[in-house]
Amino acid sequence: MNRWMAFLCGLNFAVGLCIAGMTQPGKITGFLDFAGNWDPSLLFVMAGAILVYSVGFRMAVKMPKPLFENEFQIPPVRSVDKKLVFGSILFGAGWGLAGFCPGPGIVSLVSLRPEPFLFVISMVAGMWIFEKTQTR
Amino acid sequence: MSEFITPFYGGVLIGAAALLMLLANGRILGVSGIVGGILNSSTRNQSWRFYFVVGLLAGGVLESFGNPSVFAFTISRSWVAIVVAGLLVGYGARLGNGCTSGHGICGVSRLSRRSTLATILFIATGAAVVFVINHLLGGQI
Repeated sequence: MNRWMAFLCGLNFAVGLCIAGMTQPGKITGFLDFAGNWDPSLLFVMAGAILVYSVGFRMAVKMPKPLFENEFQIPPVRSVDKKLVFGSILFGAGWGLAGFCPGPGIVSLVSLRPEPFLFVISMVAGMWIFEKTQTR
Repeated sequence: MSEFITPFYGGVLIGAAALLMLLANGRILGVSGIVGGILNSSTRNQSWRFYFVVGLLAGGVLESFGNPSVFAFTISRSWVAIVVAGLLVGYGARLGNGCTSGHGICGVSRLSRRSTLATILFIATGAAVVFVINHLLGGQI
């Protein structure tokens, strides 16, 4: 695992999010407001990202191994389960409620405004609750 | 026109970042999984996760100098609503094994059935919540 590559991925990802407007919660809630003044931005963000990744993914996994690891760690094909369904429903409710998801929430911390801090601290708390309540 | 091209270009960069993670380290770029893994005591080799998060912040700092308007947003949400949202997003993403990046971009691109369903579900519930806030509660909560 190359740490500096991870750093570069984070940096590249954050710049993309900012340019795409995704650090602005109003863009997210605007996209989710299908019955109101709908903002299609997120659709174009998804289109750009999925276009690059769907082509790139298929080419990348043909390599014998990634550049800095011995093997690819691609999630195995699994069936849909209750955890996936309930988790995604809870996630969506929170996403619509504030207009932040994990990446943009963290990137927005650099604005030093209170809302991203409140969001990220409670998001980490939510993740921590999950870790503590999980039955292994 | 730029209102479509700019988000598309941002999306291309996001896709490129996710692709770099795959090419270099062989992993799916999922922000909630990377951050959540820091809290999971059974996860070995943690440091790259911190480097990723610091990279996110560094990218934000770069943009805040080059393009400060990206953080000049208005939020019509109370602090209570934001805390509840954070708890739901954090817990939900871990329970559902992913968020907008891991499921919405990487998973959908791989044509994963789980990720595609997750993406449809979180857009649908997000839309339902926004409908209630914007059209039944007057746009604030």
